[in-house]
Amino acid sequence: MTGASLQIATLWWREITRFRRQRSRIVGAFLQPLVFWLLLGGGLSASFRPPGAPAGTNYVEYFYPGVIVLVLLFTAIFATISTVEDRKQGFLQGVLVAPIARSTIVMGQALGGTTLALLQGIIFLVLAPLAGIHLTIGAIAASILIMALVAFALTSIGLIIAWRIDSTQGFHAIMNLILIPIWLLSGAFFPATGAPAWLEWTMRFNPLTYGMAALRQSLYLGEAATASTSLLLSLAITVAFSVAMFAIAASVASRAAAA
Amino acid sequence: MSAASATARASDAAAARPSVLEANGLSFSYGERQALRDVSFTIGRGEIFGFLGPNGGGKTTLFKILSTLVESDRGEVRMLGHDLRAQANAIRPGLGVVFQHPSLDGKLTVAENLSHHGHLYGMSGRRLRERSAAILERMGISARAGDLVETLSGGLQRRTELAKALLHEPQLLLLDEPSTGLDPGARREFNDYLALLRERDGVTIVLTTHYMEEAERCDRIGVMHRGELVAIGTPAELKDSIGGEVVVIHARSAEALKPKIDQRFGLSSTVVGGTIRIERPRGHELVAAMVDAFGDEIDSVSVGKPTLEDVFVHLTGHQFFFAESQPPSESNS
Repeated sequence: MTGASLQIATLWWREITRFRRQRSRIVGAFLQPLVFWLLLGGGLSASFRPPGAPAGTNYVEYFYPGVIVLVLLFTAIFATISTVEDRKQGFLQGVLVAPIARSTIVMGQALGGTTLALLQGIIFLVLAPLAGIHLTIGAIAASILIMALVAFALTSIGLIIAWRIDSTQGFHAIMNLILIPIWLLSGAFFPATGAPAWLEWTMRFNPLTYGMAALRQSLYLGEAATASTSLLLSLAITVAFSVAMFAIAASVASRAAAA
Repeated sequence: MSAASATARASDAAAARPSVLEANGLSFSYGERQALRDVSFTIGRGEIFGFLGPNGGGKTTLFKILSTLVESDRGEVRMLGHDLRAQANAIRPGLGVVFQHPSLDGKLTVAENLSHHGHLYGMSGRRLRERSAAILERMGISARAGDLVETLSGGLQRRTELAKALLHEPQLLLLDEPSTGLDPGARREFNDYLALLRERDGVTIVLTTHYMEEAERCDRIGVMHRGELVAIGTPAELKDSIGGEVVVIHARSAEALKPKIDQRFGLSSTVVGGTIRIERPRGHELVAAMVDAFGDEIDSVSVGKPTLEDVFVHLTGHQFFFAESQPPSESNS
C-alpha cells in the first residue's frame, strides 16, 4: 500500500480504533433508536392506517427500516462531530500539515464513519424478526449494500457541516435543523402517500427518500414489492446522492481555512 | 560598499549561511483586525530562532502561515527551497510541526500515534518500525510505547508530540509555544533536547515563545508586538541596544514624580505600567542622588543590566505582561 491509499487506510483505522475504545458511543448510537422504535412503534401501531397499505401492516414493521436509517444517521453524526474540535486544536492539526490532499483526508473520514454506521446497522438487522420481517440471504446482501451507500452519504453530509463550522454547539443546531428533518421527511416516520401535497412534494425532492425506499424494498427482496418507486431507480438516485455529498464534502474541506 | 548594505549584513547573522526560510512582507488579517503587518525575516540552516512576544502579538498567526495551515493575505515565503504559496506540498515532507495544543490522539497508544503519523508521510513496514523505535528510545519513552497517550503526564505527552514531529526526519522544525504547560525543569530539559537536535542532526528550529528564559537560549530572536516584527537579532545584540543599565523606580505617583526627576537630573525617563524607567550607562550612580532628593515619593529603586523584557519595553513602550492582556488573541478567536 502506498501514497493516498495508505493515508486513507490509516485515517480509517484510527476511526475504528477510537470507536472500539469508547464503548459509550456504541451504546448511545444503538440504544437510543432502539428505544425510539419500541416506544413509538408500540404506541402508534393502533392509529397507523396508511392509505393503500396492505391490511395488517403494523407500525412496528413500517418504522423498522426508518429506525435503521436513524441508527446510520446517529453514528454518522457521532463520527463527524469530532472533526470540529480536532481541526482547531486536536489530532487533525497534524494531519493538515502532512503531505496529504484534503480530499484524501475526507475519504478516510467518510469511510471510517461509514464503516462504524454500517456495523451498527448490521447489528440492528438482526432484530428484523421482531418487526415481523423474515430476511432472505438476498435481502440481507441488498440491505447491507443500501445501508453502506446511505451511511456514506450521511457521513459526507456530516463532514460538509463539520468542515464548515467552528464550534460543536453550531453542529448540534444544524443537526436538529437539517439532519433530523431530512430523516423525518424521508418516509422513515410516515409515508408520503396521504400526506398534504406540499409535504408530499418536499419528500419527493428529499434524496434520502430514495435511500429509504431502496432499503424498505431490499428488506422484502424475494417477496412482493411494496414501495412505489422501483428498486433500481432508488438505488441509482442513492448512488448519485452519495457521490454528490462526498464531492461537496471534499470541496468544502479543500477550501476550509485550517484554523 | 554603502552604509545601508553594511548594516544589513551586520544585523543579519544568517546572511552568510544558506537560508532555510525567507519571509518577505507577510500580512494577515482576521476580518477587521490585522494580525500581521509587513513581516520580513531570514532564517539560516541550523539556526535556533525564536519569535518572542506576548499573546496576541501575531506569533501564532505567523506560525500557522509557516506551518502551511493558513495562507498569508500578502507577502511571500520561501522555505526549504520552495515557494510556500505555490508549492506547499513540496515543503510539507521536510517540515516537522509541534502545535501548542496536543495533536496526539489520546485514545491511541504512543506507538499507534507514531505509526499513524508515519503512514501519513508515506512511511511503512520495517523503515517505519525501526525509525519509530529509534525516536522513542532517543526521547526516553520506549517503556511507554504501548500506553494510551491520555494516560501520560503532560511532560511525557510533550515528548511524544516532539517524537511524532521528528519521526519523518524533517529539516525544519516549527514549534508553537513548545513549553507552555511544562514546569521549569521539564522546560529546561525540552530546550536542552532542542539544542542537541540542532547539534547532532543540523535541524533548523523555529519556535514561538513568551518565556524570556526560552528566548535567551535561541541563537536569534524576532520580537513581535501587535503584528509587527519590531526587532531582530541575537539576545546579546538586543540587550546591547539599550544603553548600559536600566533603573526602575516604583513610586506612589509615577506620573507626578517623572517631570521632577527629569528636570533635576536632566534625563528623559519614561513611565511604563506605573513605574519610571531610565536607560543609561552607569545608571547606578544616579540612585543615591535620587533617593536623597525624592526619598519621600519613592517606594523602591532597582538597577540592572538590560533583560529581554527591558528590550521589549524599550522597543514598544509597553510592559510585556501588560501587553499580553490586550484583547482578543488570534489563538482563541
